[in-house]
Amino acid sequence: MIEINQLSKKYKGADFFSVTDLDLSISKKEIFGLLGPNGAGKTTVISLLCSLIKPTSGSFTIDGLTYKKNKNQLKQLIGIVPQEYALYPTLTAFENLQYFGSMYGLKGTELKAKINAALETLGLSQFSHKKIDTFSGGMKRRINLIASILHDPKVLFLDEPSVGVDVQSKNVIINYLKELNKKGTTIIYTSHHLNEAESFCTKVAIIDHGKIVTQGSPKDLINNQPNANNLEDVFLALTGSALRDHA
Amino acid sequence: MHKLLASAHKEFLLLTRDIGGIAILFIMPLVLIVTITLIQDSTFKTVSETKIPILLVDNDNGSVSATIKKGLDESNVFEVISIEKEDQAKTLVFKGKNQLAIIIPKDLSSDLEQKINQNVEDILSKFGLDEEETTQKESFSAKEVKLYFDPATQISFKSSVKNEIDKMISKIETQSIYNAFQKQITDDPSEAIFETENFISFTEILPKKDDEFIIPNSVQHNVPAWTLFAIFFIIVPLSINIVKEKSQGTFVRLRTNPVSYLTVLGGKTVIYLAVCLIQFVMMLLIGVYLFPAIGLPTLNVTGKLPLLFIVAFFAGLAAIGLGLLLGTLAKTQEQSAPFGATFVVILAALGGVWVPVFIMPQFMQTLSNISPMNWGLNAFYDVFLRNSSLLEIVPEITLLFLFFIITTLIAVVYNEKKNAV
Repeated sequence: MIEINQLSKKYKGADFFSVTDLDLSISKKEIFGLLGPNGAGKTTVISLLCSLIKPTSGSFTIDGLTYKKNKNQLKQLIGIVPQEYALYPTLTAFENLQYFGSMYGLKGTELKAKINAALETLGLSQFSHKKIDTFSGGMKRRINLIASILHDPKVLFLDEPSVGVDVQSKNVIINYLKELNKKGTTIIYTSHHLNEAESFCTKVAIIDHGKIVTQGSPKDLINNQPNANNLEDVFLALTGSALRDHA
Repeated sequence: MHKLLASAHKEFLLLTRDIGGIAILFIMPLVLIVTITLIQDSTFKTVSETKIPILLVDNDNGSVSATIKKGLDESNVFEVISIEKEDQAKTLVFKGKNQLAIIIPKDLSSDLEQKINQNVEDILSKFGLDEEETTQKESFSAKEVKLYFDPATQISFKSSVKNEIDKMISKIETQSIYNAFQKQITDDPSEAIFETENFISFTEILPKKDDEFIIPNSVQHNVPAWTLFAIFFIIVPLSINIVKEKSQGTFVRLRTNPVSYLTVLGGKTVIYLAVCLIQFVMMLLIGVYLFPAIGLPTLNVTGKLPLLFIVAFFAGLAAIGLGLLLGTLAKTQEQSAPFGATFVVILAALGGVWVPVFIMPQFMQTLSNISPMNWGLNAFYDVFLRNSSLLEIVPEITLLFLFFIITTLIAVVYNEKKNAV
């Protein structure tokens, strides 16, 4: 589904590459977790794959398509759930979703039905006509997710989708994503929650200093790492315990 | 088209959700236009109905000073206060108690008369008409009428006072020359040798519409100028709107959606153009209905509405183009808002909203030619005051439209380059 070849990114004025010679292959219907400490390059990879930034070198294809040749086709194929709430605070949940759905060419009753169904599943039906700025963090996260899946994307990118949400909201989000995956959506997500990734992902890659340190199914990674009982042990063993503060 | 309409609908919702913003957008231009017109109209009334007290130090006490005093009195602009000492007048003016003091020098009348008589005698003797023998010529030093102005006095006021006094003195000199010739040529003072009435006079011919003169007034000058100013102020909220989209993350989402930046900007253009036109309608309503109710002249829009709307439409587009470009280039609201507001003031100054373009220095006049506010103001004046047809405003509205196209294109190309993948 996604083929990444020697992908590198160095930001203007930066001393180091944020992503270096990344090679990765993600299969269809995979739930792929991109894990790593702060500043490891996770968001950069997602931004590259979503055409938000330009690679310094290397290439990638999504379902055999490239942005250079099939920009709009590819944009129709993917969905992105950004780390920030990319929503209009003074519009209601329904108005936000109606607008972003329209940008994918959806309209009329089809769009309304999709919005209502998603709101229902994620437990937000009764808040559909409330303004976003009255929502809690967990509610905003769920609307942020719905805004990205109304057009039934084949590939869904999620950048830290469960940051700052309560356990209940996280549970609803993860279950919803699993449902989407069952219906055929390939999911690529980044997270700091290693327990969540361990149970949710079918495959993970640990990235550090812009390079893949290891990749495989969570089970295989735990088994292959001496003295590791869970993904967190693997993570700490491979990336170290030193703080990763950076400005 | 569906995406454009959805974008316009979203912009409409965003705008209507900000009640305070809407109030500022519509009410402030109205407050501005009423305030400015009231001030300008009252200034005009002050000048025409209230007399300005000026000081006159008459060291001459002759016919010339009497004529100057009479001229000042009859001008209906000044109230002449006679004062003894020059120093006293100077102190009062330089302290700002009075705006002007006129010091008439000693022996002005007698010296002027003698000087002119001497000149006339010389001329006549050259023609062999002088009966008397030539006497020793007396030399007269040039006389100086001193003017003291309050340093805070505006240059335009100073110029008009200087011109007025210069005109009076010239008239006195001419009259004295006629009198001197009269004395030399005939002994009968009642004999009319010269026709001293003004040979050249001025008549202002105003443009006509339907056999009625179009008489400009403060309202007809102010409404177009300040309406245009208000229309261009749309660049501030519009650029903030774009910067906000970038800072709140919605623009990032839009960049991953299959929608062009041009469509996103198109939605904003539709709504903000509607705002400009509503502002324009409100300003016209104020001019037509509120102004006469508060004692100002009525804005005359009879037969001009279609052309006025055409000008407002294209001026609105030009302003929006600028707003789109500024919003695209700016990274923060702190950049876009002050820059936008200041830039509009600069454009207004260049465009001739405050000072007419023709009195600007040559360099500024050249700059003025590239100010969209100048094109808009000219088009409004063409319709309001020059009774122009659609064909005659085509050059201005074409420039305004081209400005919109160019600024929008720059915004789109810049955005594409910046976000190219």
